[in-house]
Amino acid sequence: MATPQIVMQAKGLVKRYGQVTALDGADFELRAGEILAVIGDNGAGKSSLIKCLSGATIPDEGQIMLDGKVIHFKGPIDARREGIETVYQDLAVAPAMTIAENLFLGRELRREGFAGNVLRMLDKKKMLEISIARMNDLKVGIRSMTQAVETLSGGQRQCVAVARAAAFAEHVVILDEPTAALGVKEGNMVLELIRRVRDKGLPVVLISHNMPHVFEIADRIHVARLGKRGAVLNPKKISMSDTVAVMTGALPPEQLPPECLA
Amino acid sequence: MTNKLPPISQLGPFIALLIACVAFGATTDRFFSGENFSLILQQVTVVGVIAIGQTLIILTAGIDLSCGMIMALGSIVMTKLAADMGLPAPLAILAGVGVTALFGLINGLLVTRIKLPPFIVTLGTFNIAFAITQLYSGAQTVTEVPPLMTWLGATFPVGGTNVAYGTILMILLYLGVWFWLRETQSGRHVYAVGNNPEATRLVGIPPEKVLLGVYVLAGVFYGIASLMSVARTGVGDPNAGQTENLDAITAVVLGGTSLFGGRGMILGTLIGAVVVGVLRNGLTLMGVSSVYQVLITGILVIVAVTVDQLSRKGGR
Repeated sequence: MATPQIVMQAKGLVKRYGQVTALDGADFELRAGEILAVIGDNGAGKSSLIKCLSGATIPDEGQIMLDGKVIHFKGPIDARREGIETVYQDLAVAPAMTIAENLFLGRELRREGFAGNVLRMLDKKKMLEISIARMNDLKVGIRSMTQAVETLSGGQRQCVAVARAAAFAEHVVILDEPTAALGVKEGNMVLELIRRVRDKGLPVVLISHNMPHVFEIADRIHVARLGKRGAVLNPKKISMSDTVAVMTGALPPEQLPPECLA
Repeated sequence: MTNKLPPISQLGPFIALLIACVAFGATTDRFFSGENFSLILQQVTVVGVIAIGQTLIILTAGIDLSCGMIMALGSIVMTKLAADMGLPAPLAILAGVGVTALFGLINGLLVTRIKLPPFIVTLGTFNIAFAITQLYSGAQTVTEVPPLMTWLGATFPVGGTNVAYGTILMILLYLGVWFWLRETQSGRHVYAVGNNPEATRLVGIPPEKVLLGVYVLAGVFYGIASLMSVARTGVGDPNAGQTENLDAITAVVLGGTSLFGGRGMILGTLIGAVVVGVLRNGLTLMGVSSVYQVLITGILVIVAVTVDQLSRKGGR
């Protein structure tokens, strides 16, 4: 079997907060076109890992590579510029603004010529057209892009946030607990969308506590444990309860049959 | 983009304006005249221009209690510099606007750097600005005002009634800010910061930068209002700004801008300012003493905020 192409990689990440070592030499590997779930107990280094990958924090040691090239993020904007889009748990949207405005928040398009260069006018028409096109691509069934985000249900809002990331990401989409706080139907709607994002060729990093959701869509499962990468599991071969046992440390990964690892 | 009717909170100011006009038209015979409307608009200029700055701050979920006092300080600075130190009028005006912008900067720095609540910061600067105004002016009205400073109070005839240049400037300022908030990136970011500062930070817009800009810009508008005040009264009045403080906030809230930030329209504020002006004018024509006018403004602002709160709860 040919080795799959690695999109994003991290080696020996260390992050300390005062006396606490959140990351203690963590490795990470994201392959092209996959959904990689990241799970772990509280304090296992899961969120620190994601913060390093999304540029929200700078690791003390170790390196991050994107397409084999070493990169140094000084902030989330650097990561965005490299084509890594992150959807944060607490829904980073402006509720009273329209969907189209939210999609383009912080990267608005200006009109051409005098109106744009001198009057600094926004090209609302073009942004609206692109919003409609991108949302259609991802089959997000929202009728009007000019309605305020606050008129949407929780699931629809999350879909807008995921679609925004997918629309602008060139390399990686990172989703932090995208189905938390959603009902069953709304959660499935978001899972469907995540699948479509992957099928369009974008690799997805999915942080989740929801084991059924993880097993439903993940191609591989990265288990964060004690600030390191505890194991990478294959959800098609391993059971949910064994996965939880690996996560809590009750089951050392060495004791697993090799086909369970990925 | 949409042709839907605006929600009730946006129609509120028009309804209030209509009711006030009908009531005063019925009770006083001088109310409905071109001359009186022109006068109302002139009376509104100071509060109207202060309320532009106030709207920007309230859109970011802040509040500025110092606006009237900063305006008064600006008018004392510009008139005293011209009268006592013989500074040419344009320079004196610039210095006055500079001082009000500086106060905006101080408010903004305290809010963004030390993360103090705007409410308490501006309550502090309210007192500081008031005290400096009194000390610098010796509590004396500055009467020697160069003609250039009163030019905005001059009028030109339009079809029988006289319109003040100040009124025109106020309307132009409103249209300018309306365009900026609606059509440009930085204008939309003011709304975004008021909506969700964390979200704007995550998409790479530093909310502190937007906030600081808004407070300084508000200070500039207070400075323009200083000039309007000098133009209207013909003097530098150290006791100006007392009623303007609450009147400006009332205008913003009546105009449909939410105190919770992120929602509202600048042109609503203009209507709100006119409502406040109509109320004061009508009550004066009816012979109601100014203390009762203060009482009514106080009640009005509470009613307007209540409507905002209830509509927010009822909506979602």
